[in-house]
Amino acid sequence: MADGMTDKQMTDKRMTEEDVVAELRDGMTIGIAGWGSRRKPMSIVRAILRSALSDLTVVAYGGPEVGMLCATGQAKKVVYGFVSLDSIALEPHFRAARQNATIEAMELDEGMLQWGLRAAAMRVDFLPCRAGLGSAVRDNNPGLKLVASPYSDDEYLAMPALKLDVALLHANRADARGNAQYLGPDWYFDDLFAMAADRTFVSCERIVEPGGFLAEGPESSIRISRIFTDGVVEAPYGAHFTHCVPDYQRDEQIQKEYADSAKSPEAWADFRAKYIDIPEADYRRVIGAAQ
Amino acid sequence: MSADERSEGATVRDVTLAEICAVACAEAWRGSGEVLASPIGTIPTIGARLAAITFEPALVYGDGDASQLGAPLPIGARADAEKVVEAWLPFGNIFDIVWSGRRHVMMGATQIDRFGNQNIACIGPWAKPKAQLLGVRGAPGNTVNHPTSYWVPVHNLRAFVEQVDCASGVGYDRAKAAGPTAQQYHHVHHVVSNKGVFDFETPDHSMRIRSLHPGVTVEEVQELTGFALVVPDDIPTSRLPTDDEVRLIREVLDPDNARAVEVPDQ
Repeated sequence: MADGMTDKQMTDKRMTEEDVVAELRDGMTIGIAGWGSRRKPMSIVRAILRSALSDLTVVAYGGPEVGMLCATGQAKKVVYGFVSLDSIALEPHFRAARQNATIEAMELDEGMLQWGLRAAAMRVDFLPCRAGLGSAVRDNNPGLKLVASPYSDDEYLAMPALKLDVALLHANRADARGNAQYLGPDWYFDDLFAMAADRTFVSCERIVEPGGFLAEGPESSIRISRIFTDGVVEAPYGAHFTHCVPDYQRDEQIQKEYADSAKSPEAWADFRAKYIDIPEADYRRVIGAAQ
Repeated sequence: MSADERSEGATVRDVTLAEICAVACAEAWRGSGEVLASPIGTIPTIGARLAAITFEPALVYGDGDASQLGAPLPIGARADAEKVVEAWLPFGNIFDIVWSGRRHVMMGATQIDRFGNQNIACIGPWAKPKAQLLGVRGAPGNTVNHPTSYWVPVHNLRAFVEQVDCASGVGYDRAKAAGPTAQQYHHVHHVVSNKGVFDFETPDHSMRIRSLHPGVTVEEVQELTGFALVVPDDIPTSRLPTDDEVRLIREVLDPDNARAVEVPDQ
């Protein structure tokens, strides 16, 4: 810390969802952390849905954010191990995009996706793994290559690095400098997404004062260091309608409305108007969470 | 429990098909030892926990979320139900366990074929599927890293097919074609359906009838299967739950009878 610098001058990474969107460009590869319909950075996703961004490649353990970006046509390509709403196993908007072939798909084993992010995080071209050998993943991704072990006769799949331009995360708590804390039972692969990306933006339920993390949870729950983050958005209910335990459970009723909105263009337009094309403060009011 | 007590188990009339299936699933983990049992679905979950609290006490199991349990939770337990936590099992740890091989998963299968290839990804051509399903999920990695079994609650021609549309889980023919690194830890163990139990213990690893549930005939199960099953001379009837197992299933593991949703009472 330089003498005389105020905390704000040092590093204050606070911003809004719209500020995050302003940092994004058409054609970018965007990693979206969380898992299925769990702790997805939905308020930032909603801001992307309201924007004119296009030709995005989305990398995710996919949930509703993937379906929504398919529904708006903003996702050109999706890289995934699965796309599911958990309590609703199949993601209807994503299914429609796949069945109409309106998106490019890179369908991977869940562990291969982890390995691709890990390789990017380590700045190596690939990591070897057994996963994928013999499966349709190889047929469906002809670009995947094998690598011979220099130590034995083994031949592994060389999972290429999945380098992200940007990663988007939603944490339970963060501070203004961009450290982030996870209070639920699983941070999934949020840390890997952050490390695999050139730039990472974190939304959180609440920004805590410096030193405030330990009142919320143990030191080991502060998983993300500001080394890996570039912006912080305070976004209460920012993962809603996906779950963000222990702050809130999934909103199954709104998730069902979302799933039903794939039934017709009119139903999707209604869902958009009600939940997406509105300011976040209004979103919190609509879901009954506003004070 | 003595052998005599076991032999005085429930009768066909007393137990439901769902309970017979749960025990058949439990049997898939017999002899697994101290590995992580990862059941997908209600009846496999009952089966894994039943195995762990009876004949396979070293077996490790979780709550379906991030906790490794020291005592079973009933199916459908509330998120805030009190639980005996043994260890932390977030997805990152589970992936580590997959790589280590110390796991035996029982996955579902929208389609499964003669050599144990499994499909949960899509129906129709992958490039433009007629029906997109989940994606391959962890099936490619599971099947080449550790034992994998499957649970198919409705045995029919749509599920048991000559060839799967998308090989999510790797079967014996594809593992062989992929070479020794793919085969090294590959083992498709059992397939349990509402009709019987099947395995691949044949010279060319094509699917064989291991046992049939009470009242099911070879002709019936062959008619519901899209390829020729290997039929051994002597086909046992799937064993019935013991009295103790029936009690554990009904009172401890699934008091709300969620199993009947997956396999309805006859």
